[in-house]
Amino acid sequence: MAVSAENKRRLVTAALVGPAAVWLFTFLVLPFTAVVIFAFGERAPEGGYQPAFTLAQFANLGARSAAFTNTLTLAPIGALACLLIAYPVAYYLAIKADQKYRMFLISLIVIPFWTSMLVRTYAWMYLLGARGIPHLFELAGIDDVRLLNTPGAVLLGIVYGYLPLMILPIYVSLEKLDRRLLDASADLGATPLSTFFGVTLPLSLPGVMTGVALVTILLLGEYLIPQLLGGGKVFFIGNALVDLFLQSRNWPFGSAIAVTLVVVVVAVLLVAMRIAWRVSGSRQVDLI
Amino acid sequence: MHNDIEFRSVTKNYGAVTAVSDVDLQVPKGAFLALLGPSGCGKTTCLRMIGGFEQPTSGTVLISGREMNGIAPYRRPVNMVFQHYALFPHLNVEQNVGYGLKQMRPRIEASEIARKVALALEMVRLGGFAQRRVHELSGGQQQRVALARAIVNKPAVLLLDEPLAALDRKLRTAMQIELQTLQRELGITFVLVTHDQEEALSMADLVCVMNTGSIRQLGTPQEVYDRPTDLFVADFVGKTNRVTAMLEADGRTLRLADGSALNVGERRGLAAGDAILAIRPEAIRVDRHAKPGATGFQGTVTNRIFLGSTAEYSVAVPGLGDFLITSDRRNLHESELVEPGQTVFLGFDPTTAHLFPVSSTA
Repeated sequence: MAVSAENKRRLVTAALVGPAAVWLFTFLVLPFTAVVIFAFGERAPEGGYQPAFTLAQFANLGARSAAFTNTLTLAPIGALACLLIAYPVAYYLAIKADQKYRMFLISLIVIPFWTSMLVRTYAWMYLLGARGIPHLFELAGIDDVRLLNTPGAVLLGIVYGYLPLMILPIYVSLEKLDRRLLDASADLGATPLSTFFGVTLPLSLPGVMTGVALVTILLLGEYLIPQLLGGGKVFFIGNALVDLFLQSRNWPFGSAIAVTLVVVVVAVLLVAMRIAWRVSGSRQVDLI
Repeated sequence: MHNDIEFRSVTKNYGAVTAVSDVDLQVPKGAFLALLGPSGCGKTTCLRMIGGFEQPTSGTVLISGREMNGIAPYRRPVNMVFQHYALFPHLNVEQNVGYGLKQMRPRIEASEIARKVALALEMVRLGGFAQRRVHELSGGQQQRVALARAIVNKPAVLLLDEPLAALDRKLRTAMQIELQTLQRELGITFVLVTHDQEEALSMADLVCVMNTGSIRQLGTPQEVYDRPTDLFVADFVGKTNRVTAMLEADGRTLRLADGSALNVGERRGLAAGDAILAIRPEAIRVDRHAKPGATGFQGTVTNRIFLGSTAEYSVAVPGLGDFLITSDRRNLHESELVEPGQTVFLGFDPTTAHLFPVSSTA
């Protein structure tokens, strides 16, 4: 029997989408379903999960409010700090920098990625630790400068680690900005400042939103930086999860926190997309 | 009458490349000037120097009598219609057109801006399109938005950079008429950059033919077409048949490559020596047989393109090369068209044909 064109197309579609679908189902949908089920259960007396249907875990979220507060303040503040530093850099790279050096400059930003994030964050641990910058202050006669294990140290680590992720999408959106639009704006009487706020910024907003969403979402799940630079003092949701699953073995409570985190991430994503659509006037905004 | 635009020995270099070389130009107020030339001739650079996007390397550009050197685009009383329109994709039609008005200081009231924008859109016949997004418009509509966005600011000079290049033929013809009408209504100076001689001749009342950075001829469309000052202009503005020849010492006998001689009449200012005879395709008559006493060449028709009201012939003349002839069908006395392979006589009046010294070859 001949395969009809319609069936053939379905087969091709299935072959193309199939592997990814199987992967996502096995390693995302199934585990996440388990997490959702756990979130409504109870902790078994010896740790782990025991079936039940209760909202007790969610009611108890307040017990870990510090993790939520830290994450929900430092993640957006970190993303904002990244943005404020990244935008001028991206602007310089895309618009002002000499074409000849552009690729070289971009590679300078990307190269640190080739080293493990763990190693680079460790380096900051030493720099901020008692033998690092505080020691220099001591030599200068200023005692008791504490840098490590402060929110500032975590913020510094965040900006350091995530800056390239903010620069690159903004660079891309500025790079493809049609320069004739800048000429047109100047021709119509707009000063360079008005042109920036009237044309350049709105048209680079998709890149800005991509960068902000990307960095914020990754930061909401950040574990390493608060662990190393925040010590036990400035911890994120990620740290709380590790603690709950591996130390106190309270799987249901950990799951409830994880589910809440996912809900927050999705909400952030939706809001960011809405803003990007409205401002840029196009639906062609990719956030991931 | 004062000039709206004036170039005083303007030169523009890009590194070692000279884009515009020592150009002097005066454009009277209210003129419709076309800068015409092949790509790379410097016409766009001239336009961008008026707009302020480029600064002359030396010389001065004046707009309405004011020196413009070093003055940024946003401080100049000119507006441009960009080649690919450069409409703002994040703004709708109304916001695009109102963009310039919003920049003006002292500020213009929002209601006043809305009124002016509506008026400008009405003028380019886009009345119902104020809320449309730019990407929802056709090429012709985008073109008119770009036009409205420029004229709404009431500039002293409107600059148009190949404004019709992206439109199809029919739309282009319609826009040519619209632009002319608009220019008459507004009474402001238009400067159009184009490589399309037909566009320049049909719209402008002043044509400036440029090549390799300098002006070759400035004149009305008729002057430029009927009395080209050199071979480049003759070639670029309309089609031309070139015949290599030599002007003899008497100043009126032209010796052609095949050895024959033509009496070209008295030619002032042309020295004896190598010369090129340039004959317009429509200045040649195709006849089956030579009329008694007629001047011309015998040749064989190699190709015929039927164009409706006219026909184009290619005729090979032994010793002189191929000729292109445009023939109005009414001028054909024979009832039928001449067919390829037939021998014909190409008659023309040598005293009105253009004759250029070889040195003017471009």
